[in-house]
Amino acid sequence: MKILVCISHVPDTTSKINFTNNDAEFDKNGVQFVINPYDEFCLTRAMWFKEKQGATVTVVNVGGTETEPTLRKALAIGADDAIRVNTNPADGFLVAKELAAVVKNGGYDLVLAGKESADYNGQMVPGMLASLTDFNFINGCVAMEVEGTSVTAKREIDGGNQTVTTNLPLVVGGQKGIVEEKDLRIPNMRGIMMARKKPLQVLEPTGAAASTSISSFEKPVPKGAVKLVDADNLDELINLLHNEAKVI
Amino acid sequence: MSVLVFADSTEGKFKKTAFEVVSYGKKVAEQLESNLVVLTINATDASELHKYGATKILTVANDSLSPFNAKQYAAVLTQVANKENATVVVVDSSIDSLYLAPIVAVNLEAGYASNTVALPTSTSPFTVKRKAFSNKAFSNTVITTDKKIIGLAKNSFGIHENPAEGTTENFDAEIATSGIKSESIERVTGKVTIADADTVVSAGRGLKGPENWPMIEELAEVLNAATACSKPVSDLGWRPHSEHVGQTGKPVASNLYIAIGISGAIQHLAGINASKVKVVINTDPEAPFFKAADYGVVGDAFEVIPQLIEKLKAFKAA
Ligand SMILES: Cc1cc2nc3c(=O)[nH]c(=O)nc-3n(C[C@H](O)[C@H](O)[C@H](O)COP(=O)(O)OP(=O)(O)OC[C@H]3O[C@@H](n4cnc5c(N)ncnc54)[C@H](O)[C@@H]3O)c2cc1C
Ligand SMILES: Nc1ncnc2c1ncn2[C@@H]1O[C@H](COP(=O)(O)O)[C@@H](O)[C@H]1O
Repeated sequence: MKILVCISHVPDTTSKINFTNNDAEFDKNGVQFVINPYDEFCLTRAMWFKEKQGATVTVVNVGGTETEPTLRKALAIGADDAIRVNTNPADGFLVAKELAAVVKNGGYDLVLAGKESADYNGQMVPGMLASLTDFNFINGCVAMEVEGTSVTAKREIDGGNQTVTTNLPLVVGGQKGIVEEKDLRIPNMRGIMMARKKPLQVLEPTGAAASTSISSFEKPVPKGAVKLVDADNLDELINLLHNEAKVI
Repeated sequence: MSVLVFADSTEGKFKKTAFEVVSYGKKVAEQLESNLVVLTINATDASELHKYGATKILTVANDSLSPFNAKQYAAVLTQVANKENATVVVVDSSIDSLYLAPIVAVNLEAGYASNTVALPTSTSPFTVKRKAFSNKAFSNTVITTDKKIIGLAKNSFGIHENPAEGTTENFDAEIATSGIKSESIERVTGKVTIADADTVVSAGRGLKGPENWPMIEELAEVLNAATACSKPVSDLGWRPHSEHVGQTGKPVASNLYIAIGISGAIQHLAGINASKVKVVINTDPEAPFFKAADYGVVGDAFEVIPQLIEKLKAFKAA
C-alpha cells in the first residue's frame, strides 16, 4: 500500500497571532511552526500501517522552502520520503489541485489528511482532493483498518459515530482517535539523523489558480472586563444571565 | 440567477442551523437582487422553512440518500445549483455540510469560503469575513470565481423570522454512487449534543476526578445544556473524547458557555471563543480564563455548583 500524508505547516497552538503590512499579512515573527496537529495523528496512523502492513509512507506539503523543516520532522518521525510542491498555498482549492496532481502521478492508494488546518481553518482540502481524484472519501475519521483494498472506518457524526466500509483508493480526513494522543510519535535522535538522508523532492507546481484571496485580517474586538459575582450571591449571577445577557 | 441554500436535516428533522442558513440566504438574495431557492433532502416538513423567508423550496426524497453521504448529497446539490443557475450556494457548518461543501466547490468550480461569520461586506468584489487562526482572528476573503459557496459558521448570523409565502416542489435528482457503505450508526440519544446546544456546561481538571461529574450533568440538565470538558479530562479518560472542546477538539459556538475548574489555556479558549456569553467558575482569581469571561465567580466548584443548581431550579420553577 502506498500512503500519502498531507502535511500542513502551521503556527504552534500557543502562538500569538499578529498581522503586518496594514493587516494584509500574517506576522511570522517569533512564531514557531509545527506539523498541523490533525496531520500528526494521520502520520502516526500511517507509521502503524508501515510497520504492521509494510506500507510505504510519503509526506507532502504545498509551500515555500520555509516548510522543509516541518517535512524533515515528518521524515524523522518515520516517513520514507517527502515531496514539497514549490508554490504559495494561497487557498484550499489551489492546494487541493496541486495535491491531486501529486496523487495521480504517484499512484497512491491511501491519502491521509487532517480534518482541518490550524492556520486558515479551511476544512476543505480533503474533500476537494477526494473529488478531484475521484477517490472514495471519509472525513472526521476516528478509526480505520485496511485489509487488501477493503477499508472499515469509523467517522464522527453529530452526537455519535458511524461505521462505514469502503475501498481503496481513498482520501481520509483524520482527527484524534485515528490514533490516540498517547501514541503520537516524537522524533528521536536516530530518526532525526536518518531524516537528513531521506529524499525530499521539490516539484514545480502545475500552476493551478486560487479561487479566493485574503484582502485583510482583523483581530476580535477586545472584551470588556469580567463581571465578578460573589460566590455567596449566586442569585445575582442568575439575574445577570437572565436580564442582562438574556441567555437563560 | 439565484441563491441556493441547503437546509440540512437529520432523521427528517431540521437542525437549528438550517433556519439560520435560510435566514442568511434570504438576506444574501436581497443583496444580490436574485431569487432564493432552498433545497432539503429527506426532510419531513419542509414548509417550516417559509417562516424564515424561503419562497421556493425544492425537496428531494429518496431512501438511498439516508443516512447522509457526502458525494451523493454533493451530486444532488450540484444538479440543483446548475438547474437553478445558482451563483451563490449557502450551507451551514454542521458536520455533514463540512464534508459536502468542498465537493460541491469542485463540481461547480466555485470558490468556497468556509467559516463565514457575517453577510458579505461587498458583493463586488464578493467579500466575506471568516474565522481564521482557530478563532484568534478573522480574514476578509474575496471569492474570485463566478460561482461562490459560503459555509456559514454556527450561531454567527442568528435565526430571523421573516414569514414568506411560497411553493414546495419535488426535485427529481439523479442519484450518484457513493463508494461508501454505512454499516451502523451509534448515537447517544436523549442527550443534547455540543453541536446543537444553546448552552454548554464544561468542566476541567479542577473537578479532581470522574466521580464528581454527576453535579455537572445535573447542572446541564437544569439548563438543557450539553456537557463538555477540557482536553486533559478526556485524555485522562474521565470523560469521552466526544466531549473534548478546544482548538484540537470540538468547536463550541453556543449562546452560553459555563466553564468550571478550567484554567483557560490558549488552546481551550481558541475552541470556545465563538460562544456569545462565557461564565467562569474557578477557585483561582488569577486563572487566565477570567480575562476571556463575561461573568465570573471566584469560588470552589464543590460549593458553588450544588447551590447554583438549587437556585436555577427555583428560578426555572418560578
Ligand atoms: C497542541 C496542544 C493542543 C491542545 N488542545 C487543547 C484543546 O483543544 N482543549 C483544551 O481544553 N486543552 C487543550 N490543550 C491543553 C491546554 O494547554 C491545557 O493544558 C488544558 O486546557 C488545561 O485543562 P484544565 O483547565 O482542565 O486543567 P488545569 O490547567 O489543570 O486547570 C484546572 C483549573 O481548575 C481550577 N480549580 C482547581 N480546583 C478547583 C475547584 N475546586 N473549583 C473550581 N476550580 C478549581 C484551578 O484553579 C485551575 O485553573 C492543548 C495543548 C497542546 C499542547
Ligand atoms: N499547504 C498544504 N500542503 C499539504 N497539505 C495541506 C496543505 N494545506 C492543507 N493540507 C492538508 O489538508 C488538511 C485540511 O486543511 P484545510 O482544508 O486547509 O483546513 C490539513 O490537515 C492537511 O492534511
